[in-house]
Amino acid sequence: MADDTENKSLSIIVTKGTLDWAYPPFILATTAASMGLDATLFFTFYGLPLLKKNLDLKVTTLGNPAMEMPMAGGHMKMPNIVGMLPGMDSLATTMMKNLIRKKNVASIEDLREMAREAEVRLIACQMTMDLFEYKPEDMIDGIEYAGAATYIETATQCDVNLYI
Amino acid sequence: MTEPTQDLDLKGLQCPLPILRTKKALKELDSGDVIRVEATDPGSVKDFDSFCNQTGNKMVEQAESDGVYTFTIRKK
Repeated sequence: MADDTENKSLSIIVTKGTLDWAYPPFILATTAASMGLDATLFFTFYGLPLLKKNLDLKVTTLGNPAMEMPMAGGHMKMPNIVGMLPGMDSLATTMMKNLIRKKNVASIEDLREMAREAEVRLIACQMTMDLFEYKPEDMIDGIEYAGAATYIETATQCDVNLYI
Repeated sequence: MTEPTQDLDLKGLQCPLPILRTKKALKELDSGDVIRVEATDPGSVKDFDSFCNQTGNKMVEQAESDGVYTFTIRKK
């Protein structure tokens, strides 16, 4: 907890649950913990599925008009018009997963496990749980369920607060 | 030349794994012990400096050869 130690501390509101956007919060939280900070992740709306037992993460080209994938020495643009074609999201997801493996980037599953090992505080937004009808048994163990007031209290005690 | 207590091969790993693995290894060592880390992530040059600045562990030596970065760190 941020208030009972002299450690620096970090909190992040996690609002996005796609494969690409899952990286920043888990990378920053695990790194912060490695550097001696108390870290808290608050998962709300589309970030909440990142706490599910079974992760099935995907990327979409839609809403990411600057997305490019390395291809044959150059870069292939993935404009939104292409993303509307059936099967494009699963193609983009496969390409991204292959890249992650090839470049030795940690998987989200691994980073999440490292976050738990490093005692990063994981909070599921209770309202989002109810709104989207998730049950605690859908979620990994060892997380907290709380709301905005809990986040605000945590954030007032943190040195760094981010929204992703 | 400081003789390390432990060598850690982190070649090929991407951010944030070099820092996370180093932190994990340091946890097992005693204060004053020295760890020598090899990494190929170019971002690790600045990251290991920041890691040491923030955690109080001491960067004893830093070198690069053929794309391999070597960091020698003394545990606080």
